[in-house]
Amino acid sequence: MSAAMHVHPEVATTHEVHHDEHHVHHHNETFISKYIFSMDHKTIGKQFLITGIVWAIIGGLFSVLFRLQLGYPDQSFPILETFFGKWAKGGQIQPEFYYALVTIHGTVLVFFVLTAGLSGTFANLLIPLQIGARDMASPFLNMLSYWFFFLASVIMFSSLFITTGPASGGWTVYPPLSALGQASDGSKLGMDLWLISMALFIVSSLLGGLNYISTILNMRTKGMSMTRMPLTMWAMFFTAVLGVLSFPVLLSGAILLLFDRNLGTSFFLSDIVVNGEILPNEGGSAILFQHLFWFLGHPEVYIILLPAMGMVSEILSVNSRKPIFGYMAMLGSLFAICILAFLVWAHHMFVTGLNPFLGSIFVLLTLLIAVPSAIKVFNWLTTLWRGNIRFTVGTLFAIGFVSLFISGGLTGIFLGNSTIDIHLHDTMFVVAHFHIVMGVASMFGMFAGVYHWFPKMFGRYLNNTLGYIHFWVTLIGAYLIFWPMHYQGLAGMPRRYLDKSSWVSFSQFGDLDKMITVVSIIVFAVQLMFVFNFFYSIFKGRKVTTQNPWGANTLEWTTPIRPGHGNWDGEIPEVHRWPYDYAKDGRDFIPQTEPVGEHESKH
Amino acid sequence: MQTFFIVAILVLGFLITFQIAKASEYVAVLRGEERSRKQSNKINAFMLLMFLIIGLIGVYYCNEKLKGKILGAPASDHGVLVDRMLYITLALTFVVFIITQVALFWFSFKYQESDNRKAFYYPHNTKLELIWTVIPAITLTVLVGFGIFYWFKITGKAPKGAMEVEVIGSQFKWEYRYPGKDGVFGKKYFKKTDEAKGNPLGQIWEDPANHDDIYIAGEDLHLVVNKPVKLIIGAKDVIHDVGLAHFRMKMDAVPGIPTTMWFTPTKTTKQMKEETGNDKFVYEISCDQMCGKGHTGMRGTIVVETQEEFDAWMAGKKPQYATVMDAAKPAVAKDTTAVKPVAAVLNK
Repeated sequence: MSAAMHVHPEVATTHEVHHDEHHVHHHNETFISKYIFSMDHKTIGKQFLITGIVWAIIGGLFSVLFRLQLGYPDQSFPILETFFGKWAKGGQIQPEFYYALVTIHGTVLVFFVLTAGLSGTFANLLIPLQIGARDMASPFLNMLSYWFFFLASVIMFSSLFITTGPASGGWTVYPPLSALGQASDGSKLGMDLWLISMALFIVSSLLGGLNYISTILNMRTKGMSMTRMPLTMWAMFFTAVLGVLSFPVLLSGAILLLFDRNLGTSFFLSDIVVNGEILPNEGGSAILFQHLFWFLGHPEVYIILLPAMGMVSEILSVNSRKPIFGYMAMLGSLFAICILAFLVWAHHMFVTGLNPFLGSIFVLLTLLIAVPSAIKVFNWLTTLWRGNIRFTVGTLFAIGFVSLFISGGLTGIFLGNSTIDIHLHDTMFVVAHFHIVMGVASMFGMFAGVYHWFPKMFGRYLNNTLGYIHFWVTLIGAYLIFWPMHYQGLAGMPRRYLDKSSWVSFSQFGDLDKMITVVSIIVFAVQLMFVFNFFYSIFKGRKVTTQNPWGANTLEWTTPIRPGHGNWDGEIPEVHRWPYDYAKDGRDFIPQTEPVGEHESKH
Repeated sequence: MQTFFIVAILVLGFLITFQIAKASEYVAVLRGEERSRKQSNKINAFMLLMFLIIGLIGVYYCNEKLKGKILGAPASDHGVLVDRMLYITLALTFVVFIITQVALFWFSFKYQESDNRKAFYYPHNTKLELIWTVIPAITLTVLVGFGIFYWFKITGKAPKGAMEVEVIGSQFKWEYRYPGKDGVFGKKYFKKTDEAKGNPLGQIWEDPANHDDIYIAGEDLHLVVNKPVKLIIGAKDVIHDVGLAHFRMKMDAVPGIPTTMWFTPTKTTKQMKEETGNDKFVYEISCDQMCGKGHTGMRGTIVVETQEEFDAWMAGKKPQYATVMDAAKPAVAKDTTAVKPVAAVLNK
């Protein structure tokens, strides 16, 4: 009897192993189930990444187009008329077109590239691999999450081709401008499509987020306690929590705006006379929408930043051959950022007529967020200190991330202080600030991730030389574009002005605008080179020959070079230690799967 | 043709880069991947150091080149506070910027991979972590303290006797209203708005306070130097924003929700012309909130002048009520009982 009881667990284990092998080797997968309606988290991650890349090209191209207008407002580019017809009449970008470009550029980069393309890609790819799970908690919901994103993409893309053009009220789509077709062509059909697309995108984001949370909480392998998870996992976890708690608020804003637009409600509308036409709406509040928008909008910038922070922590540690400095402090600061992210939204609204007392509370909470940010920066610096750093392309992008995060984070201290914000609000200073800290920095985090985990994704390396060129041109270009832009903002130059020549106060920056335009074209060209490198290397890149090319501790490098659905051929490995035992006891690295030795020192 | 050449050059340049990149990969394999990896490691470490040095020089150069273009001294009392806060923040953040950027790139260079070095196992140090939690916290408390102090000064109640002006934005123009001799703005209701009948702001003519209100459009807004002014800001259609770069002031104009801001202009337009050496100088109102296709051109202008000049200008203005009455029924315009018929006309 007792013998039987002892045997039973073994039988169960063998059965499980058998099941897994069956899963990996004998499952008949068609092209469609493997590459299109795939439920493998790795494939879904790649789908998010490639869709994100397509959107990044579109969004980047749009920025080149409006930079042409900003740099050369008087010049005519006949080729634009060839491609865009009435939108660029006489080869000159028309105001409606300009605003459509900036709006779609913002929307696409913030949501489709840096949310879906960044956390969609790496949460999907890394969560099961790094916590030791065969797949997500619900592979099916995971698949749906991608396809909702795809649908949102199709609708957003289709809005580019309608007669009245896509949404053009800025990516923040403040009503009444976005609610009234009479006020702007972009607020006609294009705006409805924008809202529907965003609603679907939010559904995608929620499905993904819930899945990430439940996977991390429930499906960690044996021995993988929460504090033995790599910081990437913690970052993905907090990102998902942020998304799940804040995206529904934007959804409500989008739905109410759809009601105001199409059903005659007055949630956001009151006292409006547009082009001489008196509208019946009374009692609504245009400011209410801004609250709803920024209640997502601010957490959103951390939804974008946290995954980048997590990946940068991991990549810096691996390539400094040193543990991340202050793991618990890193974790604590991620947590603090996550909480504070919900309490600072109204700092986008200091000059809306917000109660000054309320404003002062938001100043306090906003500047508080600089404390965890500072902790993170100092910990990254100390991680590099006395390391033995290998400059892979991923490492360089991670270092670039830290540099940009510092530069952009510090200008946030200007804007978060309401007194200074009075002058700098809605100027080019804001544009420079958030592009550096949220746009370019997160892009750098994403690039770091792509270069670092490309071998895991495709079993091949990206071309290094192209990678180094990509890094250096992008880093130098990013600073050339956005550093001097702060000065335009200090001069009070408003953002979203397409031609400053008629202004006495803002027309002194003509040469600067030209320089920025030229640099942004070069940087865009180099991004195209990266895209080429990406697709070329999927098929022709140098093959990965070792299981653990970077000498890393985390679990994803214990899988086969090209893992199948289910990730590990045999049993899922057990974890015995935290993931940052680099340079410990004279050993280069000690994988998480190695049991703690008897004489090993404790940290 | 020119475009074609540019595209051709780009494509060619790309092809060449790609071929070099491919070749360098083959060379790396031939020479031993480890060796070429170490070489590129050295090159990149050196470039990071160069980036730091050239970058810092660039920061200095950029400042030298552009610092003269950022508007000069503020032209209002609040502007002085805003600028002071700005410079306090700039000083503190600049120190942090230099320390952290230098550390980042210097560490990267100094601790590049070398066969002679072993990385130092250094997972945490509570004392250090406490230091860099507490120091930023203290620094930020100082900034928050100054910030909120100035913020309350700027957003506090306007002093008694401040001049009041209403500023109304609509696509893509600014209109103004002075309260007239009684110092009180007459009531408005947006459904009374009727451009064609001389009531662009929707004033309720039944309210006697409206009878002396001065409506200004299509010309400069006039303010008095060293006299506090409170702007009562509104919008008719979409959200606009009254941006006053020289006064360092800004406030949204929201349909349905009036907002206010006050400040004291401290320099007349004439003074500014002399100070800037630009005789075309003019105070501008820029719309700072995206408001549609004409957003870029939504420009207003302000003249700041002495009280005498202002009074002389104001003396030439006629209340909108009188203008409307003259147009509707010149004969009874002076009679106060005429209010009703006019309102009836306007209500049609």
